[in-house]
Amino acid sequence: MSSHELKTGPLEYRRQEDQMTILGFWIFLGAEIVLFATLFATYAVLFGRTADSTPPMELFEPGIVLIMTFLLLTSSFTCGLAIHEMRRGNAKALRNWMIITLILGATFLGFEIYEFIHYAHEGATMQSSAYWSAFFTLAGTHGLHVTLGIGWVILLLIQLAKRGLTPKTSRKFFVIGLYWHFLDVVWIFIFTSVYLIGMVV
Amino acid sequence: MKSMKQLMKKGLALAPLSLVLLLSGCELAVLDPKGPVAQTQYDLIMYSIIFMLFIVVVVFGAFAFMVIRYRENRPGRKESDYDPHMHGNNLIEIVWTVIPFVIVIALSIPTVDSLFELEKPPEAAAGEEQKEPLVIYATTADWKWFFSYPEENIETVNYLHIPTDRPIEFKLSSADAMTALWIPRLGGQKYNMAGMENTLYLQADEEGVYDGRNSNFNGEGFTKQTFEVYAESEEDYNSWVEETQSSAPELSQEEYDELLKPGLTVEAEYSSTHLEFVDHGTNEGRDYAIERHYDLYGDLMHLYSDQDAEDFMDEENDDDHESSVE
Amino acid sequence: MQLDEFFVTGEPLIYGGMVSIALVTIAILFILTYFKKWGWLWREWLTTVDHKKIGVMYILSALAMLFRGGVDAMMMRVQLAFPNMNFLNAQHYDEIFTTHGTVMIIFMAMPFLIGLMNIIVPLQIGARDFAFPYLNALSFWSFLFGAMLFNISFVIGGSPDAGWTSYTPLAGAAMSPGPGQNFYLMGLQLSGIGTLATGINLMVTILKMRAPKMKMFQMPIFTWSTLITSFIIVFAFPILTVALALMTLDRIFGAQFFTLTGEGMPMMWANLFWMWGHPEVYIVILPAFGIFSEVICTFARKQLFGYKAMVWAIILIAGLSFLVWVHHFFTMGAGAFVNSVFSISTMLIAVPTGVKIFNWLGTLYKSKIKNTVAMMWALAFIPSFVIGGVTGVMLGMASADYQFHNTYFLVAHFHYVLIAGTVFACFSGLVFWYPKMFGHKLNERIGKWSFWFFVIGFHVCFFPQYFVGLDGMPRRVFTIIPEWMPLNIISTIGAFGMGAGFAIFVFCILYSYRYSEREKSGDSWGDGRTLEWATPTPVPFYNFATLPEIDSQDAYVKLKEEGRTTFEEDKLEPIHMPNNTGQPIIMMGFLFFASFGLVFEWMWMAIAFLIAGLIMMVVRSFDYDEGYHVEVDEIKRIERSARGL
Repeated sequence: MSSHELKTGPLEYRRQEDQMTILGFWIFLGAEIVLFATLFATYAVLFGRTADSTPPMELFEPGIVLIMTFLLLTSSFTCGLAIHEMRRGNAKALRNWMIITLILGATFLGFEIYEFIHYAHEGATMQSSAYWSAFFTLAGTHGLHVTLGIGWVILLLIQLAKRGLTPKTSRKFFVIGLYWHFLDVVWIFIFTSVYLIGMVV
Repeated sequence: MKSMKQLMKKGLALAPLSLVLLLSGCELAVLDPKGPVAQTQYDLIMYSIIFMLFIVVVVFGAFAFMVIRYRENRPGRKESDYDPHMHGNNLIEIVWTVIPFVIVIALSIPTVDSLFELEKPPEAAAGEEQKEPLVIYATTADWKWFFSYPEENIETVNYLHIPTDRPIEFKLSSADAMTALWIPRLGGQKYNMAGMENTLYLQADEEGVYDGRNSNFNGEGFTKQTFEVYAESEEDYNSWVEETQSSAPELSQEEYDELLKPGLTVEAEYSSTHLEFVDHGTNEGRDYAIERHYDLYGDLMHLYSDQDAEDFMDEENDDDHESSVE
Repeated sequence: MQLDEFFVTGEPLIYGGMVSIALVTIAILFILTYFKKWGWLWREWLTTVDHKKIGVMYILSALAMLFRGGVDAMMMRVQLAFPNMNFLNAQHYDEIFTTHGTVMIIFMAMPFLIGLMNIIVPLQIGARDFAFPYLNALSFWSFLFGAMLFNISFVIGGSPDAGWTSYTPLAGAAMSPGPGQNFYLMGLQLSGIGTLATGINLMVTILKMRAPKMKMFQMPIFTWSTLITSFIIVFAFPILTVALALMTLDRIFGAQFFTLTGEGMPMMWANLFWMWGHPEVYIVILPAFGIFSEVICTFARKQLFGYKAMVWAIILIAGLSFLVWVHHFFTMGAGAFVNSVFSISTMLIAVPTGVKIFNWLGTLYKSKIKNTVAMMWALAFIPSFVIGGVTGVMLGMASADYQFHNTYFLVAHFHYVLIAGTVFACFSGLVFWYPKMFGHKLNERIGKWSFWFFVIGFHVCFFPQYFVGLDGMPRRVFTIIPEWMPLNIISTIGAFGMGAGFAIFVFCILYSYRYSEREKSGDSWGDGRTLEWATPTPVPFYNFATLPEIDSQDAYVKLKEEGRTTFEEDKLEPIHMPNNTGQPIIMMGFLFFASFGLVFEWMWMAIAFLIAGLIMMVVRSFDYDEGYHVEVDEIKRIERSARGL
């Protein structure tokens, strides 16, 4: 519990407790990787087990998923810009880029919800078959993560407005940056191994 | 006084060894094989026990030596008996890594060998002709056994007749929960699952009545889900088949559905098989029972240890066990 | 829902349980109120973030759970002693073996070890607390509320009855309707959050907060085993989280993961469960190995033999633990090739484990063994565990496993490794570190009585089970046939011996609280080798006044040789400490009620409390409490009085 603070280097790494938090979050992301890996494995095992329900090939459409992918990838980019601005000490630019990230994330979420409702109308729900249970759980868990991430960013933006850039707020933004990029990576796997393969097979 | 206690403890720990030797002579079911599959497993177990006893003797010996010799207040302790800075010894550490490794290899070879062997029907003894396996579909439903003989077109409930000296090819599946077919004196178990078919080869070399059971927990009636295996000569078996074919009633789908309801039931035999309506081992048959009796699985039998199937037979037509067959 | 559906009815034993729970609760409330202890309880315990106090709460809860699981075990042994016993009926027996297994693994073994880690690991590495003290408190409350949720199933709603493995489809909504199985799912999920958080917390603590210059390969072996265990936790627990979540979706929201309908795949549960479950048994055995190493070194008064080999053995075991899960169901029909691979990987674990056994024996070579209770537990472990180990190898031989699987041979094996390994380690570690935690030793004479009762009882109880298993007695049967009676009677007698041992142990705690001499020195046994013994007893809340530089393993041996202490007056600086907080208990309390709502499928309740829990997280996010500093003068005052200067 040392309270020594370095005078140089990125703000979020100046205090030992912030360094530890960041390391801890990396480890947490390791656990998250296992979590999603398990969901992907489940999805792979249950692939094709649609019973009497509509198979994914008839429902998946490239257009909307491509838009979603584009939105999330861009949001990851803007999130990176935000952290870059934070490193330069520009709180205002950090705020603006983070808001853009938020909007992109929320739009992504909107599309996902629309998509889920659309599938449900076509008779594919969590209850339809093993395949659809796995699909909605995998994509839904990702969506839930994005939702929580959005809520979290909003909280941080309020704190930023109240306190400005301090080691602690910087660390918090840095951590959510890691989280956001991670969700992007997971989505890329969902896009390829769920949607692309689901459209073809 | 203290050393007495330690000696007592050592004695207690060694008692197991003598027990092993004592009991291996007795008729513990697994160590009393009555067929080639159980024999293979018996041989493997005995082979491994030799290694295990060796390990136990070595470790216990070394342990006893250390604990007795290096206790603080042993009379006659010498200065040279204490070396607090000893931190290791590469040579001896390598030795005691390699030896277990060699033992693992020595155990792996017969294990792998027998694993592949058990996937095939047991081979006939030298000089005897190899017989075609007898195919029996062994299906479980909470908490009973159906044995279907497709070629003979008969089916039994909760008991089994097999000819000796002929491989039996069990086709295992379950109408509902996961179970396992186990006849300890004839060989090891394998799971029965709905929507899957497992194959298990067993064979009896000696005539007799053997205990068989479901060995995988599947709910309230699990303990009572047992059956007897009558292993008999080819002629006796054939006459039993003929008698069953001629005297037993046919199994109707309604009756079968009734039997599928969770509960205990007595032995029975039929001159047709349920495979005509459903094979629970296929993807189509996996939800046959659950679709029909979904609401019955939660009901309790309030089963006590001194009760068996007969005690539940009059409930068969109970109102709350209304059949939901369409 | 009717009241008689809500409460479990019809079983005299359960009515008895309800009455005693009610009486105990009333007694506790009365005592707290009468002696005006509510404020004290809240300030000192419920809101604490001190790793030592949290550790004590873990251990107390684990002892309570050991009692509960032990009572379950006794009831089973009574029912199985004779054929046709009607002490328990089939359903009640099924519930009891389910809760026995779950409670012992999840709510006894793990919290007990995590409790010891909590108290000891920061002290061993020269840290002033965990990396994340707040998170540590959160972990504890998540465990405790999870355990409470699981345990109330006994009187409310009905206990789960599908075995601690909860195989599907048996545990699915169709075949196990009602709240019972939901208690299992939500209880484990809730406490799993805490376990994962503890894993992360310990990893960061050990990686980042070691005393100056302490290298990884100078860490005490218990700290090493904790670090590796944390790795396993972080990589295994998310699998359980997912498995539980999927079954919850199946049962409550009608998904089709493990169902027979909708092309679900019941086998997948067994795979997911054991992909977590096998690493899980190493989560409870590796720290035990660490404890034995510490105790053996201390009372053999000798350096650990082959320290590096010991560390690498732990790492290897941890790695292999992820590659053997299929050996829990060789009989599922995966084919000869798959079974061969998993057979070999399973047997390979014997190699590093054997290395550890021999290294402990090497440590005893040319040592000076002091026969304390802690040492006796550690010594008893070696031969007992070897029996469990060799039978484990036998079980690993897949084609022989077809005969052992699902029998008492297996039951005997895992009790031999889990009791001789984990439970002996818990007793050993508790006795060993007891003076550090509570400021006085446990009475050695009474401790030896409890040791002999427990250890002899243990062998008498479980050794016959190998043979009754070979005689074809499957696990989980609720009644026996006459052929199995002699061995079962012996087994039951042994179980009562263990029960007596536990009772004597509890008596020993009470007796020692009253009569034991209070500790004056920090190095209670006089033979301490690691940094925890360098602190004064009772340990000041900040642990170390000054942090010594470390340049060897067995750091405290070196300090003693050089006459250094952890109180160098000229180097004192103000110490930064975290404030207590009530947030963790409140947050987890909300999640408890949310889980309770899910168990009964009362969605309004689940959603309301989930939102409340989220609000608590928001509160936490806005919490910029930076703690406080302990001033140099105060440190001086505390240390001087603690060290008698």
